[in-house]
Amino acid sequence: MTPADRKYSRTHEWVKIEGDIAVTGITDHAQDALGDITFVELPKKGSQVSKEKECGVIESVKAASDLYSPISGAISEVNEDLETAPEVINSDPYEKGWIFKISNFNKSELDSLMDAAAYEKFLETEE
Amino acid sequence: MSFIANTEEQHKEMLRVCGVNSVEELFADIPPALKPRSFSLPNGKSELEISSFFQDLANRNFSHLTNFLGGGFYDHFIPSAVDALASRSEFYTAYTPYQPEISQGMLQAIYEYQTDICRLTGLDFSNASLYDGGTALFEACQMAINATGRRKIVIDGGVNPIYRKMIQSYTANLSIELAEVPVSHGQSDRAKIAEYLDEKTAAVLLQNPNFFGVIDDHSDIAEKCHSLGILAVQSVYPIAMALLKSPAEQGIDIATGEGQSLGNPLSFGGPYLGFMAVGKEMVRKMPGRMVAATTDSQGRTGYVLSLQAREQHIRREKATSNICSNEALCALRAHIYLSLVGKEGLKDVARLCVDKAHYAKERIKQIPNVQVMESSPTFNEFTVKLPIDAGECIGRMIEHGFAAGFPLGRYYPGMENYLLIAVTEKRTKYEIGRLAETLEAVICQ
Amino acid sequence: MSIIFEKSVKGRKGVSLPCSDVPVHYEIPGKYRREKDAELCELSELQVVRHFTELSRRNFGVDNSFYPLGSCTMKYNPKICEKVAGLEGFSSLHPLLPQLRRGGMLTQGALSVLYELEQQLCEITGMDAFTLQPLAGAHGELTGMMLVAAYHRDKGNHKTEVLIPDEAHGTNPSSASIAGFKVRSVPTAENGLLDIAALESTISDNTAAIMLTNPNTLGLFNSQIEKVAEIAHRHDALLYYDGANLNAIMGKFRPGDAKFDVMHVNLHKTFATPHGGGGPGSGPVGVRKDLEQFLPISRIIKRSDGTYALSYDYPKSIGYIAPFYGNFSVCLKAYTYILMLGGDGLRRASENAVLNANYVMHSLKESFNIPYLRTCMHECVLSAKKQLENGVHAIDIAKALIDRGFHPMTIYFPLIVKEAMMIEPTETESKEMLDEFIGAMKEIAELAESDPETLKNAPVTTPVCRLDETKAVKEMNFSYKENF
Repeated sequence: MTPADRKYSRTHEWVKIEGDIAVTGITDHAQDALGDITFVELPKKGSQVSKEKECGVIESVKAASDLYSPISGAISEVNEDLETAPEVINSDPYEKGWIFKISNFNKSELDSLMDAAAYEKFLETEE
Repeated sequence: MSFIANTEEQHKEMLRVCGVNSVEELFADIPPALKPRSFSLPNGKSELEISSFFQDLANRNFSHLTNFLGGGFYDHFIPSAVDALASRSEFYTAYTPYQPEISQGMLQAIYEYQTDICRLTGLDFSNASLYDGGTALFEACQMAINATGRRKIVIDGGVNPIYRKMIQSYTANLSIELAEVPVSHGQSDRAKIAEYLDEKTAAVLLQNPNFFGVIDDHSDIAEKCHSLGILAVQSVYPIAMALLKSPAEQGIDIATGEGQSLGNPLSFGGPYLGFMAVGKEMVRKMPGRMVAATTDSQGRTGYVLSLQAREQHIRREKATSNICSNEALCALRAHIYLSLVGKEGLKDVARLCVDKAHYAKERIKQIPNVQVMESSPTFNEFTVKLPIDAGECIGRMIEHGFAAGFPLGRYYPGMENYLLIAVTEKRTKYEIGRLAETLEAVICQ
Repeated sequence: MSIIFEKSVKGRKGVSLPCSDVPVHYEIPGKYRREKDAELCELSELQVVRHFTELSRRNFGVDNSFYPLGSCTMKYNPKICEKVAGLEGFSSLHPLLPQLRRGGMLTQGALSVLYELEQQLCEITGMDAFTLQPLAGAHGELTGMMLVAAYHRDKGNHKTEVLIPDEAHGTNPSSASIAGFKVRSVPTAENGLLDIAALESTISDNTAAIMLTNPNTLGLFNSQIEKVAEIAHRHDALLYYDGANLNAIMGKFRPGDAKFDVMHVNLHKTFATPHGGGGPGSGPVGVRKDLEQFLPISRIIKRSDGTYALSYDYPKSIGYIAPFYGNFSVCLKAYTYILMLGGDGLRRASENAVLNANYVMHSLKESFNIPYLRTCMHECVLSAKKQLENGVHAIDIAKALIDRGFHPMTIYFPLIVKEAMMIEPTETESKEMLDEFIGAMKEIAELAESDPETLKNAPVTTPVCRLDETKAVKEMNFSYKENF
C-alpha cells in the first residue's frame, strides 16, 4: 500500500515532510524492480541537490539506478545504516530504508509531485 | 572452404520451413539500390595453399635476430606447458563466462589470476584484465579524475613514451590538463614534480622500473600526493615485481602494468595484457570485469562475474569504462606461467635478468668512447651513450644478426646517440659477449 | 575442486631454468627491494597441468557444442588460423622492429598481413580506409567517436551530442561518453526499427553523430537506412555503423555504399577468431575518404616497389590509441580466415547465417512469443512472455538448456524486449544441430506448462548449480586470502 502521508516523483522517489526537514527514499515499486540492493552511493552531507537531478546511485546485482532528488535543498543527513545494510531498502523502503534528508527545501516544488493515489495511477500506466 | 555443413537437400527443407523459395528472399529488406557496388575478393583457398602462403610470409620476417630490444615488451622464456594448456579449446573457443555454471573453469582461472596480481602488487583488488599497459594507465587516470573531481594529471618522464602518447590521444577531446616532468639522472625528479602538485591535480603517473630501466622507490612521492588528496599511480613490470618494492609497499593507490612478459609472446604488438590493482576505497570505480567467489544453494564454492553494475551493459553511458571484451586468454596464459614458475621461480627469472643485464653493462663499459649511464640503479634494461647516432648503429648491428636495442632519439629529442638495451634470462653469456664485441666493431667502422 | 593456492607445497617449482652463466651477481640496493615476497603458488609441472586440464573440463566452448549467443557470432574457429598465428616468424616478432632504421625490411611479412587485411576490410565494407589498432569492438567504437570529435574540431564545430537507439548495445553509449559526448536515446518504433520521426525531432545542429547497427540488435534490417543517412548529413552529423552484426550481410550490403562515415568490425565475431573466454578481440575501424586523415598512427603504406612500410606522416591524426599496430595475431587469424573463404565463401557464410536464424525462428514460433514476426537476419529475438504466465522466466529456460548440453542464448538483451532471448545460430551449425536445439526448446516450453518447477532448479547436471550473486557482491571476495 502506498503511504498517504507523503509525495512521489516520476522517478519513484518519495518525500515526507517532518517540520522543516524533507525525508526521502525510494518506493516499494522501485526496490522490487531493482532486486536485492547491494550498495548505495549516498550524496555528501552538506551538498546542494536540485529537483530531478542525480545525487547518488543504488546498485543491485543486475542493475544500477540513479537516485534523483525529488526536491531542491541541502543534504542535512544521510542514512549511514545503508553502508552496512543496504538491503533494508528492500525490506522497509518507507521507514527504516530512508536515504537522505534535506533542509532548506523549496516548498513550491512539492506541488508538482504526485500524491499516493496519483502515483498508483502512474504505476498502472507505466506497466 | 567456408565450414558450412548443410547440403542442397537440407537447404531446400529449411527454406520450405521459412516459407520462401530461395535464400535471396530472406534478404528482401535490403533495397536493390543498396546491393554492393563491388565485392571482389580473391577466391577461397584450400588449407594446404593457405599453409604454404603464410609459412612464406612468416619467413619474410627477421625473427632470428638476437634480441636485446625491450622498451616495455620483452623476449622472455615461455614454458611449453603454457601453450599446451592455453590451447585447450574449452578455454579458447569459449565466450565471456556470463553463464557461470558451465564456465567455472575460466572463472576460477581468472579468480586465481586476480589473486596473482594482488600478491605481486600487494594491493587488495585486481580486475580480470584490460587491453594493455597503456590503456590500463589511461583507465587509472579516468578513475582518479572521477574519484577526486579534479582534471589535471602529472606524468613522470620515465613513463613509457608510447603510453604518454596514448594518454594524449585519449584526452584530446576531454579538457584534461597533462603536465609532463622529465627525469633527473634517470630517476623521478621529486622537486620538479612537487612544483606541479596542487589542488587541481587528480593523479601522478609513475613507472617502475621506468622506460630507461631505472628502479626507484616512490614512497616519498606517494606520501606527498596523499597529503594533497592526489592519487599515486604506478605502472610496473611484473617480472621485476618478484624482487622490487611492491606498489603497496610504496603507498601507491592504483597499480597498472603490461603483463606480456608473463607467458605471452611478443607477437608483433598484440594481443597483450593490461592489469590493474587497487585498494578497497577504489574497487567500485575499477573498470573491467571482476570475478568473485561465492557458493551455490548446496554450499559448494563457485565463481561468478561480479560488481557488474559498474559495467557498460548495465550502466551504459555512466559505466566506469566502455570495456567489454578484454584479454582473458592472455590473463590465463599469465596465470599458467606464474603457476609454473611459482614464488621461487619468478625470483630466479628476475635474478637471471638482473645479473645478465649487469654483465652486459660490464662488457659494454669496456668499449672505448661508449658510456654506460650509471647515475641510478637499473633492473634489466639500461641506457648507453654512443659516439655515433644510435639509429645508425642499430642499422649496422642488424646486418650482424642483432636487434641491439632501441634508439631513444625516436621518442626523446636530443637523445639521438642513446641506446636502450634490454637483457632477459634468454640471453646467454656468449650472446652478450658477441653483442659487446660487435658493438665495438660497428662503432669503429 | 580446490583452488591452485591450496595445492602449494613450499619449495616446489614447475619450471627448470638454466643456472646463471655470467660472472656477475648484482644485489639490488635494499631500499628498492621488496620487503615481503609475493606469495605465488608452488607446484610441480604435473600438478599445474592437471589443475588446468581439470579446469578446462569445467568450461564450455564452441568446440563442445552449440553456442547460440545473439550478437556474439559464435561460429567455428578454424584450426588452421591457430596454426598460422603460432608460426615463429610471426609470434616471436618484437613490435619495435619496424621502428628501427631499415626496420621495415625486417618485418615485410607482418606488415603485408596488416596492409592486405585493411584492403580486404575496405572491399567487404565499402569504406575507403581502415585502422587495425583498436583492440576490441568497444575500443573500435571509442576510436570511431574520437574520429568524430576530430572531424568536428577540424571544422570548428562545437557539437556535444550523440544519438543512439534504445536497443543499442551498452558499449555504444559508454564509448560515446568516454569520448566526451553526451548521449541521447532514440526510441525504437512498434515495428522493431528505428523511429525515424523521433530521430527527426531529436536531431539538432548539436548532434555530432548517430550510432547505428543494421541489422539492429533485434536482428531486423532497416530498409530506410538511406533516409537516416540523409537526415544525419543534413545536420552535419556523422553516421557511425556498429559492425557487430556484419555476419548477416557480407556480400549483400556494404555500410560504405549506404553512406555510413565511420564503422568498426569485430574480428572475433564475423571473422571467426576465437573469443578466448572473454578476449582478446580486435575492433578495426573503417572510414570514408575525408576522415582518413584523422586515423590513428602509425599507418601501413605500400611503396611503388611493392614493399610495405610504417608511416607517421599524418599531421591531423588522433595519435596513438594502442601501443602498436593492433592485436596482431588476432588480425592474422582473421586474414587467414578471409583468404580461406574468399569472396564467395563470405557471401555463403552470411546466406547460411540468415537461413539458420530464420529456420530456428519459424520452428519455434508456435512454442514461443516472437515480438517481431517477420524475416529476421542472422539472429532472432524471442520472448518468454508466454512461459512467464506459468512463472517461468527467460533465465530458467536458459539454465534448462544447459542441462540438455547446449550453451544458452543471450538473455535480457536487447533491453526493450521483455524476457528477451536472442538466438544467433551462425552458419557453421548443421541442420541436425539446429533440430536438436529446437527439440530441446520445445521440450522446455512444454515443461513450462506441465511442470514449471523443474525448470526453476536448472541446471542440475553441472559441477555447481545457480550461484548466489548477491552474496558475491556483499562479500567482495575477489582474491584468495589465506593466513600466511
